[in-house]
Amino acid sequence: MTLVFKNVTKRVGADVHIFDTSVEFVENEFNILLGTTLAGKTTLLQLMAGLEVPTSGEIWFNGNNVTGVATQKRNVSMVHQQFINYPHFSVYDNIASPLRVAGFSKADIESRVDSVANLLKLTPMLKRRPNELSGGQQQRTALARALVKDADLVLLDEPLANLDYKLREELRDELPKLLSDRKCTVVYATTEPTEALLLGGYTATVHEGQITQFGKTPDVYRRPTDLETARVFSDPPINTTKIIRKDGLMVLDEEVSWPAQGAADGLADGAYMMGIRPHFVTVQPTSENAVAIQGRVIVSELSGSESVVHFKLGDLSWVSQSHGIHAIDIGADATFYLDTRHCIYFGENEKLMAA
Amino acid sequence: MRTTARFIPAIYIFLLMTPIYWLINMSFKTTNEILGTFSLWPNEVTFDNYITIFTDPTWYNGYFNSLSYVTINMLISVSVALPAAYAFSRYRFLGDKHLFFWLLTNRMAPPAVFALPFFQLYSAVNLFDTPLAVALAHCLFNIPLAVWILEGFMSGIPKELDETAYVDGYSFPRFFVRIFVPTIASGIGVALFFCFMFSWVELLLAKTLTSVAAKPIAATMTRTASSSGYELGLLAAAGTLTIIPGAFVIYFVRNYIAKGFALGRV
Repeated sequence: MTLVFKNVTKRVGADVHIFDTSVEFVENEFNILLGTTLAGKTTLLQLMAGLEVPTSGEIWFNGNNVTGVATQKRNVSMVHQQFINYPHFSVYDNIASPLRVAGFSKADIESRVDSVANLLKLTPMLKRRPNELSGGQQQRTALARALVKDADLVLLDEPLANLDYKLREELRDELPKLLSDRKCTVVYATTEPTEALLLGGYTATVHEGQITQFGKTPDVYRRPTDLETARVFSDPPINTTKIIRKDGLMVLDEEVSWPAQGAADGLADGAYMMGIRPHFVTVQPTSENAVAIQGRVIVSELSGSESVVHFKLGDLSWVSQSHGIHAIDIGADATFYLDTRHCIYFGENEKLMAA
Repeated sequence: MRTTARFIPAIYIFLLMTPIYWLINMSFKTTNEILGTFSLWPNEVTFDNYITIFTDPTWYNGYFNSLSYVTINMLISVSVALPAAYAFSRYRFLGDKHLFFWLLTNRMAPPAVFALPFFQLYSAVNLFDTPLAVALAHCLFNIPLAVWILEGFMSGIPKELDETAYVDGYSFPRFFVRIFVPTIASGIGVALFFCFMFSWVELLLAKTLTSVAAKPIAATMTRTASSSGYELGLLAAAGTLTIIPGAFVIYFVRNYIAKGFALGRV
């Protein structure tokens, strides 16, 4: 049950929405499309569903070439970011609709709808209309409709983005459980790196119409193959700077340098791009390998358990993320500590050199 | 303060209702009483005017004719406008915006401009003096209006609804009839109402394109004098009856009228 893209491109007029993409998604797993808004996640999902036809290239599913096959003839289901239900149908009829279209028997429909409704805690609302439900319940209805027909391919387009925080967490916990005992490939689009990490599975990072990397979620996170992937897969944004390796030292500027060890050990002397995630840049040293740098504070945000401090490092805007509350005045000069073991090094072409 | 707050709308409603009251008042009077005395209510209530209208074919056929061309027009306009509005709302094609605007330009010429060509054309194809002739002529301004209203309502429905339906297995025709049309039912109601309104009040084309067989009620009413002199009571009764269908139709779309006047774009 694999979904394969072979050199797929999508152009609309003169605009390229998807550049040449070849990827093989993993069957019966969570495949996450991670990228910012307008990166092309929705277009990729539409291509998978058959709602859009690729300009060139082929899409294969379960060993069949499905390029150009109508959506109705594919066994897919989809949930959108907006809560999309049929407004004049009751919740029951909404969930039953794909089965009715497929010509299931009445008894069969009833038992399937009941079990899915039970799973998604919709049983008390079956007689109501979607607009009489809360946002969370509306999205559950949409999910129920997607799950009821045992699709081979389930496409979820930021399904939790419009829900409030608590509901989002709740449903995010439930989703993998709901889908785990089903034989279906799931493709889940999200803008949030945290969500990708929580859901696990496999992740494809999408940037400006291209899949920059595809692999197991933790691998993509730990070893982004290029700087763009690292940027997409980091929230707050990853800090980057130019750095020079010289005589066994990593030299940031005249004052700051540290011995090249760990990931940097095997690198040759020369110029590199360095990336470091904000939580390895802290206001207090977290390890012996911490190197102190000086920055001028632009903004500090407190979230209760964490402090996020934006600061200027020379000309660069950097972000530091530390535990606890550290209110630092705007414009103040402060010392931050880099945990140099966690630096990721890229070549000048922004491809991964060492992580 | 509270009295003023009630007083002002009371005056407003009073002024608004006066002509309508006067019309109804007159419809229950005899012509002699209308011409002879000034009375706030009928001194001698008579139903003769209404009885005449409901028994005399020249009168009740007027209503029948008007209602039939209005109904035909509403059906044609909305059923043609539905697919057109869907195309404008969902697809991008060459010149779509120009075509969409061009539709509205049909409303920019006074109907009198079209009276002569329609008259000539319908006479040639034997449509003259039929309800269908008037219904088709009114399509000239009602179809563009219906397209604009429906397009507004349709664009308020996310296209993800269409996608969800296709993913669920609905074919396009089935989706359109079973899912989409019920979803924009209020928009269709508003479009029907506006078609009704413009067709019901339009007099010039309706009068030009009919003579005897399909004569609309408004044309009958404008004959103020008959063989028996001025029949003001009768005309008042006819006027009262002409208001009723409008009041009846507006009841069903009362919550959506404002959106309709904004052509569905709120």
